[in-house]
Amino acid sequence: MVRTYLLLVWAWTRAAAQYPVSFALMTVGGFVASGLDVAVIWVIFTNTTSLGGFDLGEVMFLYGTACLSFAMADLLFGNVDRISQHIRAGTFDTMLIRPVSPFVQIATERFVPHRIGKVIQAAAVLVFALARLDVSDGRAWMIPVMIASGTVIFTALWALGGAAQFLLTDAPEVANAFTYGGATLMQYPLSVYGGELVRGVTYVLPLAFVNWQPGLYVLDREDPFGLPYWLRFLSPAAAAAMALVAALAWRTGIRHYRSTGS
Amino acid sequence: MIEVDRLGRTFKVRGTVTHAVQDLSFGVEAGEFVGYLGPNGAGKSTTIKMLTGILAPTSGRLRVAGLDPSRRRTALARKIGVVFGQRTTLWWDLPLKDSFELIRLLYKVDRGAFRRRLDELCALLDIGDFLATPVRQLSLGQRMRGDITAALLHDPPILVLDEPTIGLDVVSKAGVRDFLRRLNAENGTTILLTTHDLGDVERLCRRVMLIDHGRLAFDGTVADLRAIVPGEASIEEAVTHLYLSSRRSPRTPPPRPAQDPPSVTA
Repeated sequence: MVRTYLLLVWAWTRAAAQYPVSFALMTVGGFVASGLDVAVIWVIFTNTTSLGGFDLGEVMFLYGTACLSFAMADLLFGNVDRISQHIRAGTFDTMLIRPVSPFVQIATERFVPHRIGKVIQAAAVLVFALARLDVSDGRAWMIPVMIASGTVIFTALWALGGAAQFLLTDAPEVANAFTYGGATLMQYPLSVYGGELVRGVTYVLPLAFVNWQPGLYVLDREDPFGLPYWLRFLSPAAAAAMALVAALAWRTGIRHYRSTGS
Repeated sequence: MIEVDRLGRTFKVRGTVTHAVQDLSFGVEAGEFVGYLGPNGAGKSTTIKMLTGILAPTSGRLRVAGLDPSRRRTALARKIGVVFGQRTTLWWDLPLKDSFELIRLLYKVDRGAFRRRLDELCALLDIGDFLATPVRQLSLGQRMRGDITAALLHDPPILVLDEPTIGLDVVSKAGVRDFLRRLNAENGTTILLTTHDLGDVERLCRRVMLIDHGRLAFDGTVADLRAIVPGEASIEEAVTHLYLSSRRSPRTPPPRPAQDPPSVTA
């Protein structure tokens, strides 16, 4: 499956390479557009020294890890939000008669690597944050773990949104509210939000495990909401649970697929 | 090759239940060439979509090449080729040869076998001249030959075609028919074909199945079909007779098509 994914991505990348100017412009566009988010944080810190109790380096760390997870998931599987187009155009039928998971097919269909611009931007912010912070060697191991878990959590959100399209057919915005909305929510320290919301993204939709909970461990901070310490280590478990739920929903969605007329 | 036993599929549209296919049973042996007929909305495409695993049935049992299509979709995909006359399975913006290359990757056909198979199909279907042309620029006849090639690159023992000759001119149609006949005779490929073109049936199919209101209304040879109407009836007359008789005395209330009521204010 991974091999097929990579082969298909490569085939589509070669196809996109026939339009190098368009590719370059879109990559730069993605880089600049997400760079504006950082500008917002910068503006905030020209007026204050802390945001929700966190200093600039720490906020950048939380921003960078959330964005890197999101950008990776978006690069690899963001195409899944096009499923309603495929269902309406009837091209989803075609994917179902091929010997490859339709999830992989949708993710790779017309894959354009320009989303790499966002990955680079997020990685740059993270490097900047780590340079300002003094993360102890004993805690740095959590960083790759949280980014990998976060990527899985966002991918699972896309798959859940995709599965919902089988029933709703015409509401990709509902799914986007959770994926893009979730990513935006996690760009700031959760301490700027209310306790209800934080409990929601901890115990219901586990977005807090993308960067907040493991981030508290890396930064060695008290939980401002006083949630249990061990939650900080649960990111991989949250990612696995989300992936399982998403996979089941996706399978159920396909079994309820109705196709179009003719 | 194909076993269908009391197959049913219903659709629920805003509370109304439509029986697209009901209590459908038939079998197709290896090497058969079967024409699957029926008026518009009779359930042909729904049957094809269940046979190919696109739709899950709501009742009954179904086996294609020994597999349950909707549960073993990816395994089945290697054993079956599917052509939709109404829409292409190729990538609109890519040159034909790039589409074939993607299909090679999807089906994991090794390069040598792929090369041989493509050369063979290129010669038989005469598609060599437009391999570098994007699919959207192909004529319907060219695109259909491209689609048939795409469906056969992995050398499947079963080929299912949903209206493959729709909209084709006489020459293109003859080319497609000739190819399908040879594929069935020389390769032993089992072929199931839906069509509204009775010329396809007369020239290609040894066996005809006719579906109406989601049920099988006829299953037999082309000669049996003609014999339904007394005298020297043509196949058109026989099929017309079957369509009309089922309309006059439907065994079940005819299913309502899923569409909005006509607007009276317009």
